[in-house]
Amino acid sequence: MATRTKISVPEIIEKVSRLCMDANFNLNEDVLVALRDSYEAEGSPIAKEIFAELLENAKIARSCQMPMCQDTGVAVVFVEIGENIEITGGRLYDAINEGIRKGYKEGFLRKSIVADPINRINTGDNTPAVIHTELIPENYLKITFMAKGGGCENMSRIAMLTPADGREGVINFVIETVKIAKANPCPPIIVGVGIGGTFDYAALLAKKSLLRPLGTKHTEPDTAALEQEMLERINNLGIGAQGLGGWITALAVHVERYPCHIASLPVAVNIECHAHRVRTVMLGH
Amino acid sequence: MSNSLHLRTPLSNDDVVNLKIGDRVLISGIIYTARDAAHKRLVELIDKGEELPFDIQGQIIYYVGPSPARPGMPIGSCGPTTSYRMDVYTPKLLKKGLKATIGKGNRSENVIKAMKQYKAVYFAATGGAAALLAKSVKKAEVIAYHDLGAEAIMRIEVENFPVVVANDIYGNDLFKEGVEKYEKNEGDN
Repeated sequence: MATRTKISVPEIIEKVSRLCMDANFNLNEDVLVALRDSYEAEGSPIAKEIFAELLENAKIARSCQMPMCQDTGVAVVFVEIGENIEITGGRLYDAINEGIRKGYKEGFLRKSIVADPINRINTGDNTPAVIHTELIPENYLKITFMAKGGGCENMSRIAMLTPADGREGVINFVIETVKIAKANPCPPIIVGVGIGGTFDYAALLAKKSLLRPLGTKHTEPDTAALEQEMLERINNLGIGAQGLGGWITALAVHVERYPCHIASLPVAVNIECHAHRVRTVMLGH
Repeated sequence: MSNSLHLRTPLSNDDVVNLKIGDRVLISGIIYTARDAAHKRLVELIDKGEELPFDIQGQIIYYVGPSPARPGMPIGSCGPTTSYRMDVYTPKLLKKGLKATIGKGNRSENVIKAMKQYKAVYFAATGGAAALLAKSVKKAEVIAYHDLGAEAIMRIEVENFPVVVANDIYGNDLFKEGVEKYEKNEGDN
C-alpha cells in the first residue's frame, strides 16, 4: 500500500481563511493586466474613467487590506484530492467551512449567505460553501477558492439546445445572455461557457472555465477560435464598462467542452464580474 | 475627477434641472442606504400610511450593503448593488419626495417615467469600486432595521462621492444612449 500523506484539519482551516482574505483584498495580476489594457484601448471617455477607478480601487483595497467589492461573494471551492491523502483531526468539508468562517470574520468580509432560499435567514458566517471535489491520482490536496458575487451570478443562464442548433446556436445563446445581462453583472465581465455534458455538468464546466488565468488561450485551437469569435461579438454590443457604453464589455470568454448525449446540446453561461477573486493553495506535496 | 459638478444634499428642483446624462457629479452631505429588504419595509409603511424612519424629502437613497467596518473606520467597502431589484419599489418613494437614487445597472421604464414625473434623477456609481467609494464616506450610522445586518438603513455622510448621471429628469437614459453610440453592427469590422 502506498504511503499516505497526512494533512491536518487546523492547517486546512488556516490556509482556507488566508485564501478568503487574500482573494478579496488583492486583485490577481492577470485581471490587473486586463484592466490596464482595457484602460488603454477604450474609446469612451466615461468607460475609460471607470477603468481608471477600478485600477485605483484595486490599489486601495490592497494597501488598506479591505475588500475590493463589498459583495465578498458566495464561497465556491474546488478541491482536488489525491487518493492517498489522509485528513487528520476531522473532516475535509468541515475544515473548509471553518476556514471560510474564520476568513470572513477576521477579514471583515460581508456575510452574504442565507440558510434557506425561501425563508432567507442569514447564516451569519458566510457558510456553507459550495464545494466541488475531484479525486486525483497525484499525491496532493489542491484547494481553489472563488468569491462569486451575487450580481453577476444572477445573470447566468443555461439552455438545452438541440444538436441542429450547432455552433451558431451556441454562440447566439451566449451573446443573447450577455445582452440580457446588460449593465447588471458589473461589466467588464468574464464569460464562462460550458458546452456539453448534461444539464448540471454544463453549468459546472462554465464555472470551472473561469479558473483559467485571463490572457491565456485554450489549448484546443478550435475552442480558442470559438472563444475569440464570441469575445469579438460580445464587445461589438457596445454595452461597455458598467453598461454606460463602450468598446470593452468582456475581458475574456472562456469555453470548456465535454462529450454529450446524441440528443443534447447543453450550454451554460456563467457570468463573472471584473472583481474576479480566485486563489489556490497546494497542500501535502 | 476633473470637470465634475458638485452637489450637496438635500437636493432641490433647482439642483436636478441642470443635470444631464453623462454628467460627472461629486456628492457631499447626508445620504441614506437601503437595499432589497429595507425597501420592502419602507414601501409597506407607505402602503399602510405610516411614517418612514427618516424624512425622505429631497434625499438620496444609495443601494448598498457594505462589508463590515474595521475598528476605527466609519464603513467597510461600499460599492453599489444592482438597482433593478429595487425598481418595483422606487416610484412610491419618488412620489414621497425622494430626489435621487444611486446604484448600478439600468432602471425600468416605469422608474424612468416616475423620475420624469417627480423630477428625480438616477446616479450610477461604479460597481466593484467599493474600496475607492469607501474613501468618500466620513461617517455612518444605522438608523433603522438593525436586524437586517448589511441590509439595515444607514445615514452616511459623504464627501465628494463620485457618480455619473445615468437618468435625468427629462427621460434620457445613458444606458440606452451610451450603448447605441458604441454598438457595432455585425459586419462593420
